[in-house]
Amino acid sequence: MSKVLMKGNEAIGEGAIRAGCRHFFGYPITPQSELPHYLAKRMPEVGGVFLQAESETSSINMVYGAAGAGFRTMTSSSSPGLSLMQEGISYLVGAELPCVVVNVMRGGPGLGNIAPAQGDYFQAVKGGGHGDYKLVVLAPASVQEIIDMMQVAFDLADQYRTPVMLVGDGILGQMMEPVELADEVTLPEVPAKPWAASGLKGRKKPNIVNSLYIVPEDCEELNQRLFAKYDVIAAQETRWEEYRLEDAEIVLTGFGTAARIAKSVVDKARSEGIKAGLIRPITLWPFPSEVYAKAAAHANKFLCVEMSMGQMVEDVRLAVNGKKPVHFYGRSGGMVPLAKDVLAEVKKLMAGGE
Amino acid sequence: MAKVIFKRPDSLTDKQFHYCPGCTHGIIHRLVAEVIDEMGLQDDTVGVCPVGCSVFAYDYFNVDMFQASHGRAPAVATGIKRCLPERTVFTYQGDGDLASIGTAEIVHAAARSEKITTIFVNNAVYGMTGGQMAPTTLPGQKTTTSPRGREKELNGLPVRVSEMLATLDGAVYVARVSVHDPKHIVQAKKAIRKAFEIQKAGLGFALVEVLSTCPTNWGLSPKESIKWLAENMIPYYPLGVFKEPAEVK
Amino acid sequence: MLQEVLIAGFGGQGVLSTGQLLAYAGMIENKQVAWIPSYGPEMRGGTANCGITISDEPISSPLVTEPTTLIVMNRPSLDKFEKSVVPGGLILINSSLVDQKVTRQDLQVLEIPANRIAEELGNTKVANNIILGVLIELTGIVSLEAVVESLKKVLPARRHNLIPVNQQALEKGMQLAKEFKNKQ
Ligand SMILES: Cc1ncc(C[n+]2csc(CCOP(=O)(O)OP(=O)(O)O)c2C)c(N)n1
Repeated sequence: MSKVLMKGNEAIGEGAIRAGCRHFFGYPITPQSELPHYLAKRMPEVGGVFLQAESETSSINMVYGAAGAGFRTMTSSSSPGLSLMQEGISYLVGAELPCVVVNVMRGGPGLGNIAPAQGDYFQAVKGGGHGDYKLVVLAPASVQEIIDMMQVAFDLADQYRTPVMLVGDGILGQMMEPVELADEVTLPEVPAKPWAASGLKGRKKPNIVNSLYIVPEDCEELNQRLFAKYDVIAAQETRWEEYRLEDAEIVLTGFGTAARIAKSVVDKARSEGIKAGLIRPITLWPFPSEVYAKAAAHANKFLCVEMSMGQMVEDVRLAVNGKKPVHFYGRSGGMVPLAKDVLAEVKKLMAGGE
Repeated sequence: MAKVIFKRPDSLTDKQFHYCPGCTHGIIHRLVAEVIDEMGLQDDTVGVCPVGCSVFAYDYFNVDMFQASHGRAPAVATGIKRCLPERTVFTYQGDGDLASIGTAEIVHAAARSEKITTIFVNNAVYGMTGGQMAPTTLPGQKTTTSPRGREKELNGLPVRVSEMLATLDGAVYVARVSVHDPKHIVQAKKAIRKAFEIQKAGLGFALVEVLSTCPTNWGLSPKESIKWLAENMIPYYPLGVFKEPAEVK
Repeated sequence: MLQEVLIAGFGGQGVLSTGQLLAYAGMIENKQVAWIPSYGPEMRGGTANCGITISDEPISSPLVTEPTTLIVMNRPSLDKFEKSVVPGGLILINSSLVDQKVTRQDLQVLEIPANRIAEELGNTKVANNIILGVLIELTGIVSLEAVVESLKKVLPARRHNLIPVNQQALEKGMQLAKEFKNKQ
């Protein structure tokens, strides 16, 4: 093992390479550009391909081709680029192709800005593109977790034949933290892909990569198959972190950078005698609803902290299901909640204020 | 009485440009604004700026402006022009915006012979996002995403936008100019003026490609950039008029 | 221990790399560290800053919004960040570049003519490390050995000949800090 200081964006790239991804397609956009910069250098060193597409529309369609041919592949962008990719992502889902899509989120809507934000939660977990579907959505909160999650992302994608999205924000992408890297890299086992359209090579029946189901009965069957798969994923792949939750009277929650800020507030509140705890979803879909339901038994309120006008808070409310009040504190448009302001909110709520 | 020898064109606002030292976006803005002034068009011009270093051009041009999403300025301009056929509509786009992500939009705007004027700023690099390779990056040119220099096998070869668009019947005026010295600046202004005159005459789609510098991302001083442009870009992107209707010759 | 350092100046002054050096040194000492820059076009030709958190505990938030130490390399940065420093915190100013005074009374302030001293050492590029030397002596945030060790990692091999002059700069800074402490 060696310990190195790494930027989040570079960690996405190194994590992908260690997960056996050798084909990257992308279009430049701040604040994730260190990732294509890194892979432009690194991919040729490991015999891989880094290709700059002419747009995100093209990037995601190149991913469609590479994934359909049976290769571990990914693309990456930031908010506006993800909007452009939604059509392509829907096609990837329809054709049940595994791939990884990264969104290092920035302030929106519109051209917005390049500052860190979490305003694409809905887009990531509630569809984004057209049709009935879900994506597995991973939300790491540190540079080490980014490296680890890239492996998880490619494994889940292949195991379930689904696109997996990894979301971060400008802070996670730009910050440097130490990471432990294995000196010897053993490439992970990739499951066989007998469905890949990579040339007959003796096979009799051609493979077809396709998302056209012209007969409604067939398309409904596809949807039912997808949702049966989603049930399995929800049962087996839900991930979260709990912190000082056992006796918490107020439960803070959030993901990624917002969760780190909330965690620091938990400690500050505890040192002032307030029993605070934290739930941090690591998979945004599947959402760890049961953890909230359980916490609602002893906690008497929840506070969701986000870098948006309030998106994940809707899923927290569904999970708590009216048992306890769920409050919200957020900053948006590239502004970041300050720990002292969140702490003030916690104190106000504990004093009975709304 | 003192004679005014240097005056900001009316079609530019007082806002100070944010461009890096030695970048020629500022000169090109000025030429466009002077032409709009001289043709008396300030009142009826609508501009569309891109995503790229000139994303804030709406702050600089003292006319009605739109900000389009990346690459889509010709489509936005089409919408405006089809609603307001009497207005003068122009787009101002970089090479990433026009020749990469927006290739489809510019090709089809030209093919439809939209009566708009496009100012296409070719600096052979993506300026705003940190010096990545552009479709117009020269073979062998190093950028942050072509660290070994643009390679033919990996990245293909540059797009000569003017020559390509000139093959379309709908593109009625296509010219390539440069702004690396005073003589060329004068010629550039003439071409820009002609591109607006063609629109006013209702003749069809007009585009002026302007070779431009990017000292920051080329890693050169402003002076070296001018030299680099003259010695490397012009041989690859020859200057001249590729298409011109008989009416304005 | 939890120290949050904000280094602020113009782009091109080595603000970001000085911050990385500090973060590396913390990592070498097995502390928890995080480094975060201001980023994007706003730093081109304009101000650049970075925050470094060094702690014994896992770092919850990597954002440095209330620094324990502020290092100032240009005037706009003093205007912008003076008020954010925690009460009782430390401001180190490169007085070769900033002629302005700190107005707050509840802080420890040290003005270091770092460029002049660096010139005396024969290399103006080591000015930042003089300030870093002051920082490590006054706060004990990391050791001199760790910073010297991280120079080996941060500087490319062909620049390793510059390590001795950088070490000299660090030591010079530490000596200045000692003199300052004795005077108090
Ligand atoms: C959909 C989308 N993808 C990517 C970006 C990021 N982006 C902003 S400007 C730019 C390139 C601009 O280059 P160019 O058109 O050559 O203009 P210059 O900055 O050199 O003037 C890119 C890729 C974006 N804003 N939107």
